[in-house]
Amino acid sequence: MATKSGQERSRKRSDSSDPEAAKTSAPKRASSKQSKSSTRSKSPTARQGDLAKGVDKELLLKLYEEMLLIRRFEEKAGQMYGMGLIGGFCHLYIGQEAVVVGLQSCITDDDAVVTSYRDHGHMLATGMEANGVMAELTGRKGGYSKGKGGSMHMFSRKRKFFGGHGIVGAQVPIGTGIAFAMKYNEEPGICLTYLGDGAVNQGQVYESFNMASLWKLPVVYVIENNKYGMGTSIERSAAHSTELYNRGQAYGIPGVQVDGMDVLAVREAGLEAVDYVKGGKGPYIMEMLTYRYRGHSMSDPAKYRTREEVQKMRTEHDPIDRLRETLLEQKRAKEEELKEIDRRVKEIVGDAAEFAQNSPEPDPSELYTDVYVEAQAAE
Amino acid sequence: MPIEVLMPALSPTMTEGKLAKWVKQEGDQVSAGDVLAEIETDKATMEVEAVDEGVLGKILVAEGTEGVPVNDVIALLLEEGEEASSLEGADERQAASVEGETEAAEDEGSSQKAEQARSTLAAPEGPKEAIPEPEPEWDGPTKKQTVREALRDAMAEELRRDERVFVMGEEVAEYEGAYKVTQGLLKEFGPKRIIDTPITEHGFTGLAAGASMYGLRPIVEFMTFNFSMQAMDQIINSSAKTLYMSGGQIENPIVFRGPNGAAARVAAQHSQCFASWFAHIPGLKVVSPWSAADAKGLLKSAIRDPNPVIFLENEILYGQSFEVPDTEDWLVPIGKAKVVRPGSDVTIVAFSIMVGKALEAAEKLAEEGIDAEVIDLRSLRPLDTATIVESVKKTNRVVSAEEGWSVAGIGSEIAAIMMEQAFDWLDAPVRRVTGADVPLPYAANLEKLALPQPDDIVEAARDVCYR
Ligand SMILES: Cc1ncc(C[n+]2csc(CCOP(=O)(O)OP(=O)(O)O)c2C)c(N)n1
Ligand SMILES: [Mg+2]
Repeated sequence: MATKSGQERSRKRSDSSDPEAAKTSAPKRASSKQSKSSTRSKSPTARQGDLAKGVDKELLLKLYEEMLLIRRFEEKAGQMYGMGLIGGFCHLYIGQEAVVVGLQSCITDDDAVVTSYRDHGHMLATGMEANGVMAELTGRKGGYSKGKGGSMHMFSRKRKFFGGHGIVGAQVPIGTGIAFAMKYNEEPGICLTYLGDGAVNQGQVYESFNMASLWKLPVVYVIENNKYGMGTSIERSAAHSTELYNRGQAYGIPGVQVDGMDVLAVREAGLEAVDYVKGGKGPYIMEMLTYRYRGHSMSDPAKYRTREEVQKMRTEHDPIDRLRETLLEQKRAKEEELKEIDRRVKEIVGDAAEFAQNSPEPDPSELYTDVYVEAQAAE
Repeated sequence: MPIEVLMPALSPTMTEGKLAKWVKQEGDQVSAGDVLAEIETDKATMEVEAVDEGVLGKILVAEGTEGVPVNDVIALLLEEGEEASSLEGADERQAASVEGETEAAEDEGSSQKAEQARSTLAAPEGPKEAIPEPEPEWDGPTKKQTVREALRDAMAEELRRDERVFVMGEEVAEYEGAYKVTQGLLKEFGPKRIIDTPITEHGFTGLAAGASMYGLRPIVEFMTFNFSMQAMDQIINSSAKTLYMSGGQIENPIVFRGPNGAAARVAAQHSQCFASWFAHIPGLKVVSPWSAADAKGLLKSAIRDPNPVIFLENEILYGQSFEVPDTEDWLVPIGKAKVVRPGSDVTIVAFSIMVGKALEAAEKLAEEGIDAEVIDLRSLRPLDTATIVESVKKTNRVVSAEEGWSVAGIGSEIAAIMMEQAFDWLDAPVRRVTGADVPLPYAANLEKLALPQPDDIVEAARDVCYR
């Protein structure tokens, strides 16, 4: 079966509840070594080709459009940053689009999302409007936080997007708490909680893993392993192994490693993870192997990696180019259709840029609002 | 360019209101201070006054219009010599600005919309907050209770009242509280709502913050506040700041409670007052009661409050008994100090355990002919400065008493406020009675020396009275 083999080749797993994994407690490296050997026999493009056959055209085009929207939006944000229209920190998501788009396609309106400061892509993927996100970047009244949060702090109750958190790792207990509340309320939802390869070394991450597993909370931890936390490569920050999918092993949390540059591989693995968590079995960890093309933030000198390394990822693994090739190769879409998507996306981003520049600055009176919610007086 | 008259806000949280009536009409001459219109919200009515002089050129929002967003242009004022032709295009401008609204604005929306969104998130729709203001006079029956029992009753009553309220912390359920404050709660409410956590302060504080962002109302017990240091980031960066950073979208109704300050002979790491740490933070409310009645009424208010509230208790006070109103409706408003002993010669300002010590000092001072007024601050943020200033107008002298350290302490804040707001009423410099500027020692004699005693307050009071 084509999909099956594709899935095996693009993923590695650590399943602590399976007896095979239990054996690993004696020879610990055995299980990960085993699964390692099963990867990378086909080219990434060929793997995606296999997966695409099981996905309908409409969805493929939707994934393509959503990734492209994030790419173009971030390019525009970078440009506007350069023009001095956006201030402070601005962390672009370019290169990682397949992760958030693939996973978003696995969840429903019941489900919540929370992430770090590299959050523009996540917001667009949850359906938040480009206008409101861009206007927040420019610090304007029309922004999602009325200009008071900026790039790193945006929220949307309506889209169940709970931020946008600037403290590395802080969103992990928060996402766990959202999952706790969903379970408490007996709602069907789950919380996708994103974190980076740098964040994964924070103590509160393991405090969260422990509680989530102890209380069987409906949360998927998505580790976006883009190989660097600022300028520190994973080799220089992670002890013993650079693989992160098995970081929940001590808590009995199953983990899977996924090619995060392949939106269909992300979706395949995501469906399985979401299904597991919605089944009431507790948390799940996904390690997404991905890459950010731009600097950590806009002011990154990028001395910690070579141009060639970046170039290689861009040319050989770009998630958008890859899906485009698949679509054309398999004749699932025509050039014109893709051009039409390009045009649509450009227009959305252009409008957002314009809106973000024309929206007024917040009124000075906003300085002192939203510090407290006024308690309601008794009748 | 005509001057824009904007829809004003009645309160910081008002997002829209009804334009009830135009007092001036198009063509009327107005001068600064004239009432132009009347605005209504569900809470109050207000008059819109003109800030500038001119002629009311154009009314853009008709009388009786409801849901007018704050800061929308409601009228245009022509300055002297300005032609009416400059009004052309006013309507179009309005329309354009409305069209420009995004879903973002809609997301924040009116408080009503936010309320709806909230209720779809939290399955059990809780009762409306009802905080009386000012504090109700109580002449009904009372019963004698320890502070511990009063706190337990407050939680039990609020747990009964609102399904969204739950208690979490170390040893709160099966062990019934390290200091037995949660006694009996597991039995009545079960393990879903009374939750024993692992020893994981940073984690469970962040988890509770997330649960509250989603609509629940956690009561987080720190075994003692010393351990809240591990959770400081989540309390401040997540709980206190998220409402602001989200432009008012994400509320954080949550109570952090537990014993604060020195217990007895447990030495430096287990004996610290964190009042000034938390009082420093905009977005938090901080209360620290002394009596059982206040402990109960303030904790109930804290649980109903839509903001994060730090509730600082005191282990030594847990066993002390006070008269408590015998009712489930006893709510004490946050942000109001209380004169617990009226006097005319000197004002002693204290909170938590220091209130008892201040009262002892006042008795001693009375023997010397000094009539001290004792104020129990009860809330440290917001701080009830009006009550202190009123008292100082009478006594002209202030002594502050706290267990915490003097540097950047609550007393420092009070001294500064007296300088700013009561300078002309002071007959002596403000004196601070505080803990000694050292980590708290273990040895009994040193510990006593380090903690402020009634005699220290007596001495400070004598000083400011120049006796
Ligand atoms: C607690 C904390 N420490 C340090 C920082 C500064 N900082 C911001 S991002 C970052 C790197 C995080 O890397 P990673 O988790 O891999 O996420 P990525 O930026 O790659 O998405 C650091 C050190 C911070 N914001 N918070
Ligand atoms: Mg990283």
